[in-house]
Amino acid sequence: MRPALFTPLVVFLVILLLGYIGFQLEDPHRLPSALVGKPFPDFAAQRLEGGDGALVGREDLLGSPTLVNVWATWCPTCRAEHEELLRIRASAPVRIIGVNYKDDPAKARRWLRDYGDPYEFNLVDPDGALGVELGVYGAPETFLLNAAGEVVFKQVGAITESVWRRELAPRLAALGVAVSAAPNARPADASAAFSATPAAPQQSDVGSR
Amino acid sequence: MAPELGHLAVIVALVLSLAGAGFGLAGAGLGRRRWMRAAVSVTFGQAVFVALGFAVLVWAFLADDFSVAYAAHNSNSLLPWHYKISAVWGAHEGSLLLWTLIMTLWMSAVALWGTRLPPDFLARALGVMGLLNCGFLSFLLLTSNPFERLLPLPPGDGSDLNPLLQDFGLIVHPPMLYTGYVGLAVPFAFAVAALLSGRLDSAWARWSRPWTNVAWAFLTLGIALGSWWAYYELGWGGWWFWDPVENASFMPWLAATALVHSLAVTEKRGAFKSWTLLLALTAFSLSLLGAFIVRSGVLTSVHAFAVDPARGLFILAFLAVVVGGALALFGVRGAAAWSPVRYALLSREAFLLLNNLLLVVALGVVLLGTLYPLAYEAASGGDKISIGPPWFNRFFVPLMMAAAAALGIGPFLGWKRSNLRRLARRLLACFVTASGLAALFGLLLGGSLSWAGGAALVLGLWIAAAHGLDLVRRRRIGGPPPPLAYWGMSLAHLGFAVSLLGVALTHELSVEKDVRMSPGEVANHGGVAFRFDGVVQVAGPNYRAERGLFEIADGERRLQLTPEKRRYVVSGSLMTEAAIDPGFFKDIYVSLGEPLDNGDWAVRVYVKPFVRWIWFGALMMALGGVLAVADKRYRRLRSHSSAVRPVAAGQLSGVKAPV
Repeated sequence: MRPALFTPLVVFLVILLLGYIGFQLEDPHRLPSALVGKPFPDFAAQRLEGGDGALVGREDLLGSPTLVNVWATWCPTCRAEHEELLRIRASAPVRIIGVNYKDDPAKARRWLRDYGDPYEFNLVDPDGALGVELGVYGAPETFLLNAAGEVVFKQVGAITESVWRRELAPRLAALGVAVSAAPNARPADASAAFSATPAAPQQSDVGSR
Repeated sequence: MAPELGHLAVIVALVLSLAGAGFGLAGAGLGRRRWMRAAVSVTFGQAVFVALGFAVLVWAFLADDFSVAYAAHNSNSLLPWHYKISAVWGAHEGSLLLWTLIMTLWMSAVALWGTRLPPDFLARALGVMGLLNCGFLSFLLLTSNPFERLLPLPPGDGSDLNPLLQDFGLIVHPPMLYTGYVGLAVPFAFAVAALLSGRLDSAWARWSRPWTNVAWAFLTLGIALGSWWAYYELGWGGWWFWDPVENASFMPWLAATALVHSLAVTEKRGAFKSWTLLLALTAFSLSLLGAFIVRSGVLTSVHAFAVDPARGLFILAFLAVVVGGALALFGVRGAAAWSPVRYALLSREAFLLLNNLLLVVALGVVLLGTLYPLAYEAASGGDKISIGPPWFNRFFVPLMMAAAAALGIGPFLGWKRSNLRRLARRLLACFVTASGLAALFGLLLGGSLSWAGGAALVLGLWIAAAHGLDLVRRRRIGGPPPPLAYWGMSLAHLGFAVSLLGVALTHELSVEKDVRMSPGEVANHGGVAFRFDGVVQVAGPNYRAERGLFEIADGERRLQLTPEKRRYVVSGSLMTEAAIDPGFFKDIYVSLGEPLDNGDWAVRVYVKPFVRWIWFGALMMALGGVLAVADKRYRRLRSHSSAVRPVAAGQLSGVKAPV
């Protein structure tokens, strides 16, 4: 028996441990983000749409409940999520503001032209600096802010019909936004082939009124 | 009633898999012939019952039985019949059933073609695979039952398959990929069987090679199909995104590629034995890890795989038992595989070792890039970072360049040692040929290549020249024609060169333009003229669309492209259907942006030279792998070590044995 031959086992056990810890971290009962319950951080960013070149800041997010959606054209899941955002935009009176994350602005503008634009406006975060402030792990991620600019909820991963129905719509309703769960519910998830739970459209509409 | 029968069939298969594992492992351990034979019969039984369960589920989809919850969520009565079948593996539960079906088919194939293996080896291998299948089936039954019903009030119609998945690429992509993933269980089971029996000569390597090749070929095809789908369906010309789900399939591929090569050394020369064993264990472990990443939700933060703690924990525990057990066995028994084999620095062994090192380092890079964010989060208590494509490319591109450089030297090297002067002469010939061709190509392009692109071009041609020259040399020497395995190897290596050229040239030469076009206007991009003839309205079966009419003039060729912007009536979702003219030398790609004033449109035009070579090369690699299996020497079987014979023969005739 040679001790060196146990190296692979040790490496594997370390990876396994990481997997286990990672699993605990993703535990839905834990607070998914340090930001939840705290004010959205201060920032200054360009607008994707250009405009007059003036910087946008935290104060531009205040006033009414707002979804801040981190997205990028290099992220296939964002493409799937996009449909859901368009539906939300069409069906609920809530502002959606995009953070175009580590992306090429030209590609991003093209994307919005091609696939429709659910956003009131978009912040550009080309080097991910704002993403670091927000503790963004990857795209897509979405923050729900109340009118005072405090983070009420954070969704890591795509917003699907069921996320909207179970997480976002009830919270928005609590914030006084007149929402109904999206009609024509269907899985809006490009990766549905491999996803763990298909959306269940037969379930009752938790967030509707 | 039928769905319950399907459910029952899967339960029977689970019981049979337990029985198979028991008969196989205990029978071989105790030397009971009858038990070992029972393990073989039980294997076929598993296949029959899983197939029965799968057939029942397919029938539920075809017959629109929406009392089956899984069918109700993933199908619709209006779906064309072929999409109804592919919708069976359109989500988690059904794809897992497909996975177990493929597993039992691989097991049956081993039972069928393994009759000439020593009975105890076959029984152990089938026992190990039975144990694996038992895990998969328990996972299916406990956490992801596809036969669950929506009773007593089934919905009138299903909620349909996602339009993005109603596509040829996604009909064939999952079965191919799974066949590759699951196929790696065969070399895994063979390695465990060899470790259990303690007979660690080269025989198991010889038995593993054809299975590994076929599994690897399927994995190659599966990955290529996924990449191709991403290119034409997700649009904007990307074909690889380095996202965790892609990496999950790429890591086992890298390990399996290393395994294919290291098995050759172990079989022919008896070297690298414990290393090869380890690779066989690693390749399948990475398949399982991939499944964990995709389905458990650990990396869900990046991509949309919904979290289900029960599933994640099950897979984690399964991983711990299977991979931990196999690696512990390797630690205890692996030392027996140690055998000193001498070879010079300039030898085929050394270069295959280099190949393995490069592939394993590449694998490490991908693994690190995929898991590091998780490790960082765990270590820092919740802080998150992300790792993007530039990071992967920075490490991966030089590694693949080095692999390509070595690949151009490989075919000239014999086992044990080679003559430096003769080698230098041949390499010089190759280098001159490759550089000359590359320069010629560069001139044709007008010198617009970057250094990295130029280097990749030379390297691709260098591989091609080396393999071509080696073939010419063999012809000149005379003797028997090269065996199929040699052709398979050359084809696969050429495939690598073709993919390399495709990647480099697409990256260097693509033209991507966003233009505003009025009806009747002509635009010239990348040597192609695009005439925009306006937009018409069309109605599809379940969508309305605006269809752009484009007349393309590419040299003498005239063609029409009709990209569409579709709005699906039911969901209201907007899909951009690009129109692509695929070509051997270039793809012409047009898609509609948005309408502007005066009937003008924002239009996106791409000219992507050689992009198809990326997938064409992958196809060649897969064909090469299968071709090598057809070699007649795999039909003969020796239960003794074959490490000596081919080398001796090779030395006598002055021709090296094929890999």
